[in-house]
Amino acid sequence: MTALGKVFRTTTFKLTLVYLTVFALFAAFLLGYFALNTRRLITEQITETVDAEITGLSEQYRQGGIRRLVVVVDARARRPGSSLYLVTTFNGEALAGNVTALPPGVLDNPGWTETTYRRLDEAEPPEHPERPEHEHLALARVFQLPGGFRLLVGRDLDERERLYHIVVDAGRWSIAIVLVLGLAGGLFVTRRVLRRVDAMTETTRSIMAGDLGERLPVAGTGDEIDRLAENLNAMLERIEALMRGLKEVSDNIAHDLKTPLTRLRNRTEQALRTAHSEPEFRAALEATIEESDGLIATFNALLMIARAESGQFGDVREFDAAEIANDIGELYEPLAEEKGIVLKVEASEAAPVNGNRELVSQALANLVDNAIKYTEPVDKAANGAMPEIVVRVLNAGDRILLSVSDSGPGIPEADRSRAVERFVRLEQSRSKPGSGLGLSLASAVARLHGGELTLEDNHPGLKSVIALPRGGPVQSVG
Amino acid sequence: MRLLIIEDDRDAADYLVKAFREVGHIADSASDGEDGLAMALDGQYDVLIVDRMLPKRDGLSLIGTLRTKGIATPALILSALGQVDDRVKGLRAGGDDYLPKPYSFSELLARIEVLARRRGGREETVLRVGDLELDRLSHEVRRGTEEITLQPREFRLLEYLMKHAGQVVTRTMLLENVWDYHFDPQTNVIDVHISRLRSKIDKGFSQPLLHTVRGAGYMIRDGAR
Repeated sequence: MTALGKVFRTTTFKLTLVYLTVFALFAAFLLGYFALNTRRLITEQITETVDAEITGLSEQYRQGGIRRLVVVVDARARRPGSSLYLVTTFNGEALAGNVTALPPGVLDNPGWTETTYRRLDEAEPPEHPERPEHEHLALARVFQLPGGFRLLVGRDLDERERLYHIVVDAGRWSIAIVLVLGLAGGLFVTRRVLRRVDAMTETTRSIMAGDLGERLPVAGTGDEIDRLAENLNAMLERIEALMRGLKEVSDNIAHDLKTPLTRLRNRTEQALRTAHSEPEFRAALEATIEESDGLIATFNALLMIARAESGQFGDVREFDAAEIANDIGELYEPLAEEKGIVLKVEASEAAPVNGNRELVSQALANLVDNAIKYTEPVDKAANGAMPEIVVRVLNAGDRILLSVSDSGPGIPEADRSRAVERFVRLEQSRSKPGSGLGLSLASAVARLHGGELTLEDNHPGLKSVIALPRGGPVQSVG
Repeated sequence: MRLLIIEDDRDAADYLVKAFREVGHIADSASDGEDGLAMALDGQYDVLIVDRMLPKRDGLSLIGTLRTKGIATPALILSALGQVDDRVKGLRAGGDDYLPKPYSFSELLARIEVLARRRGGREETVLRVGDLELDRLSHEVRRGTEEITLQPREFRLLEYLMKHAGQVVTRTMLLENVWDYHFDPQTNVIDVHISRLRSKIDKGFSQPLLHTVRGAGYMIRDGAR
């Protein structure tokens, strides 16, 4: 497509054309109206003047007869810039006046007429008497005087015509100028806009080709194109972040599933190679089932995190977080006791939360499970007090805090924020059983509910806190 | 027990048919929703095993149609969609139990047997296994002449086990029915609760009643029988 063709096709240029047409039509109408009205006004003025003169002259005739009329007309006719006068006898013989070369028959019809004429004081045209520039146009009235005389009074129309033509010419010129300037301006604006849009199109193409790091140019004028570019850039930013997240997720999924799958395969292969008796095969098969159960657990956890991350709530209702803490405490208490750990639940106050009870239960269960896994039981002989894990539910203003504190090794401060990121696992957690995705899931559940999971130092140990927005009917939904 | 397996994955269906035959049940299979519905309408089955996503007619609609026609054959829904809300949807559509894929055969078998038994079962006030007695109204438990004090949750655990005396009860079934949780608690917390319960009802008695079924779950039964 040619550059000009491109310009013609743009919205800006089409708009320019539309505006230009409308404006030109309006200007033409205005000027035409003005011209016609001027013309009408001048005609009216002439009519009035001529009527007044005829009234005056017929009065003179009535008082002094034809003789007096002739004298008066002669006097008036000689004044510079005078009107046109002609007094004739009934058979058309001129008695006085300053007009000649009237077309025949003009004087026979009394009333208004537009006619060509020549002034008497003008020189006779030497060669071409019919040439129109020596003939003038006049608006005249023929008046029948008593006694057969005729009186013609008129005014020259040249002025009127000249004015009319000036206005019409001005109209033509101004419309032409408007068209030219408008078109030029439209082209200029269109090309400017087009250049910016072209730049954006160019960038968009390269983004589509895969370079998500590119951004649209912003001119800094703050106009609508800039705003559009800024919004598109914000959108790109978000898309890039999501893509990064997705890549991280798929990398982690690949790692989390491929590692146990490899283990599974190796073990089966080894059994085929080395096992010779039925009990050996049976043991290998049992180990395989165990490994695949672990794989399923990991897969379920990943799926669940992905669901929570994508904002799928499932069953939402109001529930009491304190009740959940007590239930989970009760579920895990025997396990803790078996390991020589005291599991305490401090949740006496009702703590309403709106959300998915099952998911929050699971998140808390994961934290408690982790705490039990990482708390080393003290040597009973060393008469040390039993280590404690405390599950606490607190009402903190508009938030409900569910915390699990242990006295285990904790997580180094540098790793804490990373530990709650989606799908991130700390290296050392891999040595323990379980999918190792507990913190990620708890964090995803907290985020799904509009809250967050934070990890704090428990001096010693780890304090994991799930902060959830306080729910319940009292709270208006924000 | 006669079972109908409605599953479009032929390998999985064949495997189930074979496995159920091995443990002494009769199993037929249908590979799409329309066939399955026609066979189930004959009403000759004790339990239906219905895959949720089926060609021609999906599992939920199949069960819904059966229920509106007044056929109450217990149905277990198998589904790759294992989330809580999917499960709720399945049960609301008229399913009696819900098992997410992948499942273990022992889990499926345990649930099927519970479903088949439930059909004719009536609710008894006092449950008895051997000399163990549980009163569901007064919440009293005694073994022989000895009164046993249980925590509320331990009571519910024992109640569930005794209700299904002689049947295998899996850990997931216990977690679902006694604790009302549908997630995997990673560490096997149920085992610890069972061993606690066992120490209360079996300790000091020559005849243990609460048995561990390897690779499947637990069972309470009168060993003397």
